[in-house]
Order: sequence, then C-alpha cells, then structure tokens
Amino acid sequence: MPLIDLANPSRFLKLADSTIPWLSGLTVLAFAFGIEQAMLAPEDYQQGATVKIMFLHVPSAWLGMLAWGVMTVAALGTLVWRHPLADVTAKAAAPIGAAFTLLCLITGSLWGRPEWGTYWVWDARLTSELILFLLYLAVIALWHTVDDPSRAARAAAILTLVGAIDLPIVKFSVDWWNTLHQGSSVFRIGGSTIDPSILTPLLTMAGAFTLLFVTLLVAAMRNEILRRRVRTLHLLQASAVS
Amino acid sequence: MEATAHIDFIAAAYAAAVIVVGVLVAWVTLDYRAQRRTLADLESQGFARRPSLRGDGAIGAATGTSKQPAKEQA
Repeated sequence: MPLIDLANPSRFLKLADSTIPWLSGLTVLAFAFGIEQAMLAPEDYQQGATVKIMFLHVPSAWLGMLAWGVMTVAALGTLVWRHPLADVTAKAAAPIGAAFTLLCLITGSLWGRPEWGTYWVWDARLTSELILFLLYLAVIALWHTVDDPSRAARAAAILTLVGAIDLPIVKFSVDWWNTLHQGSSVFRIGGSTIDPSILTPLLTMAGAFTLLFVTLLVAAMRNEILRRRVRTLHLLQASAVS
Repeated sequence: MEATAHIDFIAAAYAAAVIVVGVLVAWVTLDYRAQRRTLADLESQGFARRPSLRGDGAIGAATGTSKQPAKEQA
C-alpha cells in the first residue's frame, strides 16, 4: 500500500484497528525487557542507585520533544496542504507529549533532590522544559476553545510552529548557558560518555517508551477520527430536527 | 547505604511513571469506547455520514443530500 493512501482517514482507521493490538503487545514486551534491564543495571559510581530514575527521565524528555516535532510536521500539513489527518495527528499528539514532558519534570525533580539537594532550580534546561510543558497546555486549551475543528487546527498549528523555537533551546541550553543540568552524554560527537552497562538499559527503555508513544498516538488518532465522525452525525441530527 | 537512602525517590519516580502511563492508557481506551458507543447510537437512529448509507429518506430530505457518496472526511 503506498504511504499516501494512509492519509485517507478510513484506510487509517482500518490500519489502526489491525496494528494497535500488535503494537500494544510489543510495547508490553519491550517494557518487560526494559524494566528487567533497568533493575539489573549496576549503580553509577557518582549517582548510586538514583541512576535508575534516568531510565524514565531521559526517554520522557526525548518523547516530550519528539511529540512536539510530530506536531510541528503536522502543523505544516495543516497550514500548507490543509489535510484533515494532519489536524488529527497534531491534536492527538498534544496530550501525549504533555504527559511525557510532565513525567520528565517530575522524575527530574525526584532525581535532583538527592543529587543536587533541591527539587528545582531556574536552570536553562529545566526552565525551557517547563516552557515546553506550558506550551503543550496552551495548545490543548486552544483545541478546546475553538469549536470548529478546522479553525482550531489552524490556530493550534500557528502556535505549534511558534513553540517549535523552544525545541533547539531545550536541546542546546546545556551548551549555550552555564547550567546545573549535565551536558549531552548519549548522542554526542565522539560517542556516548555513558558506560555500556547503563547505556544499554537506557536505550532499551527509550525503545519501549517510543513504542508506547507510537501505540498511544495511533490509538488517539483513531479516537479523534471517530470523534469527528460523531460531530458530523450530530450536525446531521441537529439539521434533521430543525 | 546510599541506595537505601534514596530508594524512596526511585520508588516515587517509578510510581509517577505508572500513574502517567496509566492515565494515558485509560484516556485512549475510555475515549475509544465512548466514541464507538456514540457513533453506534447515532447510526442506529439512521444517521450516516454517507447519504447512501442512511436509514430512511427523512434525513436525506432534511439535509438535501444526493445519493452520491460524500467526499471522504475525517
């Protein structure tokens, strides 16, 4: 099936119905393997056992940014091609991205207290991540404020494109400013600085979280398509009554 | 010793992850059921997105729809 055919909502629904059970099963297996790896990982020579929080914190941070990246591409689809599936993707991704960003902030605070001696500092990385979370809330609020889905989609798309400025700020904040947050240690020029005994469970958990993200996104997109069909039928019902 | 001192922070982080993921899974599952149920209720009343699938002529007449299937919409 050509990829463009999936842009048809009916075909997407059929594909979602057949793939969601498989994606869910794969996600459960990936998490079972990832959590086992995380529990068996050795303690870090500096962080001790709190390194296990990193197996949640780092994937959550990546997915918080990935979701906004998906929304940014979808926003272009909305504004340039006005494709309804782009609107659906953007709306479905927002709450999932918000949840992962919130989890990143919570787990970061819980790691910061024993390691830094504080739950929160107004550090560039932490502040830009908090701004990303607030941007998610703003987009979600915008979707719920405008009644007409296509108008809401255009407004949300503009906010999403403006908010995308925060993504490089989050990523490079540790390089641009002197921050308490550590610099990049996984994907960096010259290779990762993390020992394989900790890097392997981290990447395994990142894989599991990514599978969870894809599963939730496909499921939420299916719900959004159904919601729009319900809306269409409610409008038909209202016009039939009047 | 260090691990014992910080186990509450580790447990809290994993509990937060379980709660956040649990809420997301519950949200998509319950929302799916609600949309499916509402869609089935509306379709059982004779409302359909495509005019050719509608149950009776009243709705088609009310909306002035033709027998030509409507352009696919989300």
